[in-house]
Formats: sequence, C-alpha cells, structure tokens
Amino acid sequence: MLKLYDIAVQSRLLLGTARYPSPAILAEAVRRSKTEIVTVSLRRETAGGRSGGAFFDLIRDLGVHVLPNTAGCHSVQEAVLTAKMARDVFRTNWIKLEVIGHHDTLQPDVFGLVEAARILAGDGFQVFPYTTDDLVVAEKLLEAGCRVLMPSCAPIGSAMGPVNPTALKSFRAHFPDVPLIVDAGIGRPSHAADVMERGYDAVLLNTAVAGAGDPAAMAEAFALAIAAGRLAHQAVPLQPRDMAVPSTPVIGKAVFA
Amino acid sequence: MRILVKGAGVAGLTVAWQLYRHGFDVTIHERAEKIGRGASGFAGGMLAPWCERESAEEPVLALGRMAADWWEAALPGHVQRRGTLVVAGGRDAGELDRFAGRTSGWEWLDEAGIAALEPHLAGRFRKALFFRQEAHLDPRKALSALTAGLEEARMRFLFGMSAEGKATHYDRVINCTGAERIGRLADLRGVRGEMLGLETGDITLSRPVRLLHPRHPIYIVPRERNHFMVGATMIESNDASPITARSLMELLNAAYALHPAFGEARLTETGAGIRPAYPDNFPRVTEEGHILHVNGLYRHGFLLAPAMAGEVARRLLAEPRHQERKAS
Repeated sequence: MLKLYDIAVQSRLLLGTARYPSPAILAEAVRRSKTEIVTVSLRRETAGGRSGGAFFDLIRDLGVHVLPNTAGCHSVQEAVLTAKMARDVFRTNWIKLEVIGHHDTLQPDVFGLVEAARILAGDGFQVFPYTTDDLVVAEKLLEAGCRVLMPSCAPIGSAMGPVNPTALKSFRAHFPDVPLIVDAGIGRPSHAADVMERGYDAVLLNTAVAGAGDPAAMAEAFALAIAAGRLAHQAVPLQPRDMAVPSTPVIGKAVFA
Repeated sequence: MRILVKGAGVAGLTVAWQLYRHGFDVTIHERAEKIGRGASGFAGGMLAPWCERESAEEPVLALGRMAADWWEAALPGHVQRRGTLVVAGGRDAGELDRFAGRTSGWEWLDEAGIAALEPHLAGRFRKALFFRQEAHLDPRKALSALTAGLEEARMRFLFGMSAEGKATHYDRVINCTGAERIGRLADLRGVRGEMLGLETGDITLSRPVRLLHPRHPIYIVPRERNHFMVGATMIESNDASPITARSLMELLNAAYALHPAFGEARLTETGAGIRPAYPDNFPRVTEEGHILHVNGLYRHGFLLAPAMAGEVARRLLAEPRHQERKAS
C-alpha cells in the first residue's frame, strides 16, 4: 500500500484527465489502469472561475480519489486562489501544486512553489508539489509542510523519460522516507518501469496516456509496467557491472578450445 | 406529417432541410430573434473528417465523409473542395508524424509542395500533410442560404420566446436546441470554444490550415474578402462569457506563428460558444415521447449534422403513420 497523507492506495499510477479524445475514453482509461487517483485541472477547465459543471461531475463519477491541480498558474496568488477553489469544488484538502515559471517549457517557479506550499500547508491543505529534481528545493518544500514530493524526470509532455538518472537516484537516496511520485516527462511504459525499479513510489501520467493511439490500452500497459517496476524494486535488481560474469562456474569445466 | 423543428442552428436547419426534401410540412422555431446565434455561428465550417480522426473515433469519418456532398447538393457553390493543409513549427515537427500516424487520406508535402498550394506559406515550413479530399464552407453564409431556401419553399419560421405555439399542433417535434438542453438531456455537457476573426490583405490562404502544437493546436480558415477565422479552444465548461485574455493570446500567437502578416491584421471579432457533447463526443438522435432530440454535435456541427438529419428522416419515414399516408 502507498500512503499519501491520510489515504492509502494500492495503485501506484496517478492519471491526469486532460486532452483525452472524449470523457468516455478517459473513463475507460481509468477503469483499465485501475488507478485510484486522478488529477484534474481547475484553471483550464473553468473559464472565468465558474464550475466546470458536467465535466467535474464526470470526474466525480469515476469513483476514485480526486487530486485537483493548479496547472497553468503562474503566480503564488493565482495558485493559492485556484487551490481554494478546488477545495470547494471537490471537497478535498489535497492539492497538486504547480506554479509555472516559464510559459513555454512549463518549468516550475521553485521560489513561488515553496512560498505557495507554505501558505497552503498553513491553511490545512495537503500539498503535492510539482518540482524539479533539485535537492535544496525539495528540502524547502518539506520544511514548508509538504509530505509528498513530485519531481519531474523530463520536461512536461516531452515523453523523453528519465533524462538525468543520476539526479533521480540521489533524490531517492536523500529522501528515503518521503513518498516520491515522478510527475511529468514519462513517455512510455518502459520509462515508468525504470523509475519504479529505482525505488520511486508512484508515477503520474497524462499526455503519455491521453495522446496515445489507444489511450485505454496504453493506460493498462502503464499499470502493468508500474507494477512490474515496483515488484522488481522490492526484489532488489542486480547492479550493472562493467564485465561479463558467467552464471555457472568456469573452473573445472572441460575446455575444448 | 406536421413537424416542428426547435432551434435554427446547424442541426435544426439541416434537419428542416432534409425533412422538407422528403415532403414533410416543417415549421422552424428559434428562440433568438435570428438564426445561428448559438455555437453554429462561431463554427469553422470545416468538412474535415480525415483530420478529425486524429482525436475522434471512427464513426466521425464514416458519417462525416458524405457531409461535403450533402452541403453541395443542398447549397450548390457553397462548398470549397480544396483540402486541408496541416503544418507544425520546427520544434513541434514530431507532432506531424503523430498526426499522420493517427489519420489517413493524407499525402506528405515538401517545401515546394507547400509553396505550390499556398504561395504565402513558401519557405515557412519544411513539411506538411495535405488532406486532399477535405472541404470547407462559410457557416454563416450556409445557414443564411438554408434559411432562404426553406423560406422560398414556404416552410414557416417562428422567432422569439413567445412565438413557439403549441407543440400539440404538430405530429412530431425535433428538438435541435443544442447547449440549451444541458442539464435536461442525460449526460449532455458543454465544451466551451473560443474563436476570433482577423482581416488582412497581406496574406492569402486558399484552404483551412491547421497548425499543430502539443498544447494549443489551432486552425485558420480563410473567408471571403480578406477575412480569416481562427479557432478554436476546447475547454470543459458551460461558461459562454466572452473570450479570455489568455485564449485570445494563444490564438493570436498561433496565427502569428503561422505567418507574421497576421500581426498586422485587424481583429474584427471574437466569440465564445458552448458546444453540446455526450461523453463519447459523438452526436445522437434520442426519443422522448413524440419528441426526437438531435444533440451532442460537439465540434462536428457542420460535419455531422447531415448524417443526423438523415437519421431523423429515416426514423420518420419508417413510422406507421407516414407509411399509411403514403399508401392512401
């Protein structure tokens, strides 16, 4: 079981709800992935701060935990306001906190992120911060009250997979007891298996599933890869070596050469 | 059979036209004072089922491929059969491959091929997809022409809130009121779309151009007299208030990225409308007593309304009452 704040879940896949061909396909992806947590963007889905109405009802009807996010927020004030709106709409203290620093690459503004996390944690929110693999920023987020960290492994939507395995490794090593969710940059199930093998606790996906030719099938493929990666991590994989090591002894064997 | 069609957007007028052609006695009621005041008036008017397959399921292509023929038969001269050009900025070139992988009916163009089709885009893109079989029309002109044709055929139009009359005067009511039914038809939701109009003589396009982008894909449809329609956002919301600054910025950015000449264009119009959609984003004809509902046309109004009109006509023609009358 994975415990995120006060809620324990079996599935280690968190699924975004944006840009699916249709809500029906989104629902099918949720079903086939067996995910227990979906994220939903308040900012883009509201147009002027009103409720997304029917779409939010569809999200609620999925019967899974909702992790609202502040996607598209470029300032602390905007992110805090959106988080409060999300709490009203979805009646949850969970918030996936995004404070975007660069509108093109969608890199997080880590200074604003820490500030917004502090404000929201002080207001009773349980914050899931979308951050970089920077250890110092992560420390500050924990100080600010975050109990979960969500580092990216590559730029949002890039589908590149882990671009800096060394950083991911040291991030995991520095925070052995904090639930770590890789958020953003995953393109293929093999990427997800990779980060799970490295000991990450969960993976958050959106574009990699929503943009696939068959989103529901891809959601299931990711679920299988994530489960495989988790199992492999628990089974303690071999560490790579720089020379061949035969699995049977060589000494004592007949040599024909 | 006496038929009341409620709603004079693309769904209502298309249904009315189809039923008139089958010999039904049709009355059209529109709550607004004019036609096309809902989402239809802000449509792109692209008859592009091959491109739409990128994000839509197969029936959109199966039902949409006859749309251009339907419109041409109903309104000769309105349909421009010049295909669709799909391009992507250098950094988003991978989007073109993705788009190609999910669609059919295209051919690859190189720089020379793009320049031959759209001389003003020469040198701006190295590769493009060309969907030769696609077409487009001007939605407002098409709706006006359908209305004129129906009036000429002595079909009745009733406008305004008070004009509706009694539904019991009619054998059948075809409700085509679109987003107005949200909250009343099960599972129907609104998807907000925003668009803008530009006017410039500095660039000419002969066909709709789609500019792919991972977050903000847009299209530009040329209209008459140096006008262009730029659309359209897709936001899960019932909010029909004016376009947001952010959306305006995104649409203008994309137009500017397609060609810098759009930077000097005049902004003639902005619009926002609510597209009604079912969870599978596919339209339906549903029955409720003597009412048939045609709804959920989503972003495929002009593309799929003809198929829905055909479905309504088939159902009415198959009714015993109609069959008897034919026999007598």
